[in-house]
Amino acid sequence: MTNSVHDMGGMHGFGSVEPEANEPVFHADWEKRVYALQRGMGATGLWTIDGGRASIENLPPLAYLDASYYKRWFLGLERRVVAHGLVGDDEIAAGHALRPGIRLNRKMSLEDAKKRSFAHFDRPAPGAARFKAGDQVRTKNIHPPTHTRLPRYARGKLGTVEAVRGCHVFPDSAALGAGDNPQWLYTVVFAARELWGEEADPSIKVSIEAFEPYLSPA
Amino acid sequence: MPANDPHTHDHEHGSELSEMQLRVRALESILTDKGYVDPAALDQIVENVETKIGPHIGARVIARAWADPEFKRRLLADATAAVNSVAEFDPVGAHLIAVENTPQTHNVVVCTLCSCYPWPVLGLPPVWYKSAPYRSRTVIDPKGVLADFGVTLPSGTDIRIWDSTAETRFLVVPMRPVGTEGWSEEQLASLVTRDSMVGTGLPKSPKESQVEGAR
Repeated sequence: MTNSVHDMGGMHGFGSVEPEANEPVFHADWEKRVYALQRGMGATGLWTIDGGRASIENLPPLAYLDASYYKRWFLGLERRVVAHGLVGDDEIAAGHALRPGIRLNRKMSLEDAKKRSFAHFDRPAPGAARFKAGDQVRTKNIHPPTHTRLPRYARGKLGTVEAVRGCHVFPDSAALGAGDNPQWLYTVVFAARELWGEEADPSIKVSIEAFEPYLSPA
Repeated sequence: MPANDPHTHDHEHGSELSEMQLRVRALESILTDKGYVDPAALDQIVENVETKIGPHIGARVIARAWADPEFKRRLLADATAAVNSVAEFDPVGAHLIAVENTPQTHNVVVCTLCSCYPWPVLGLPPVWYKSAPYRSRTVIDPKGVLADFGVTLPSGTDIRIWDSTAETRFLVVPMRPVGTEGWSEEQLASLVTRDSMVGTGLPKSPKESQVEGAR
């Protein structure tokens, strides 16, 4: 969902940032397994990266805030494997498999895991880009009930297109399993005063990566 | 950590630790038994992030940019292409964007919506990058966040925040420390910290590096 607690930009009250000296990659063994399961199950191709994000954003707000990063990953993954019919609720409750798995088209092998492969999100453009660097744009004031990558703090704001980043998979569609629906992607920069009001520091600018459907000419 | 911070790791220990160990073990056995994942592949995935990727990769890229103006020009034009053109560098994924700190502008990277981070050059993100304080405050109070890291910028420096709201990933190119003329790329790389490539830190000075080396 869109207007939930994951959209944290500009919120107050979370306290100071506390860097940890000599931080380990993982803080517990279960975090390693969650990380690996997330990657391994992602390789099945049954959901998109945005579908994964959406399942975490859809956690009840209190559960989201109460969970550490990898616990959120775990809770999202647990929901996703059930929602996709891969695992039954009864199996989660039992803590072990009660039936054989369904057949998957793709499964990550050891050889796959050894290879360094990277996902690409750029796609052939269905049409010309509507905006170019230097154009003034206003972000739309939208509140879709489903996944979006337009943060609340940057909605309805006047900004400047700084760069055209190509045509990319549109997260708002991909999260719903509705296909790539490629859209032009732009870096749009805002003065802090546009985002936070006249009291804001004039020496600060903030940019977002904005898909064309988020933008209107200004 | 403040008592009201839900992202403290304190509650990971004790009861949640054992609860999570059990729940994760159960899910892994379900997914393995149903044939969806290969345990050997899972072990390899963990090994990759624990031993192969990390900020040492980004540090070599930054050191090359400091030492080689032509490489720096290509890095700022198309970071993915520039890094992948160097055989001895680990390959990086598409959509990597390098942003350069200058005496006029200091760049800071955040992901307010989740925790997007340039894994191929920096490894997995630290806990603070994924925490609510960092994700909430960086876009509204970057100077306060930098102060949490002990960083104060010279007055007159503009701050630019990059919110990673798409699959583009940002790598900050910090300014080369003074007093490093004639240094090798390896020496230069030793000054490049992870935080300096996120924008929440500055590279070590030659003096700081020397003090650390003597310890």
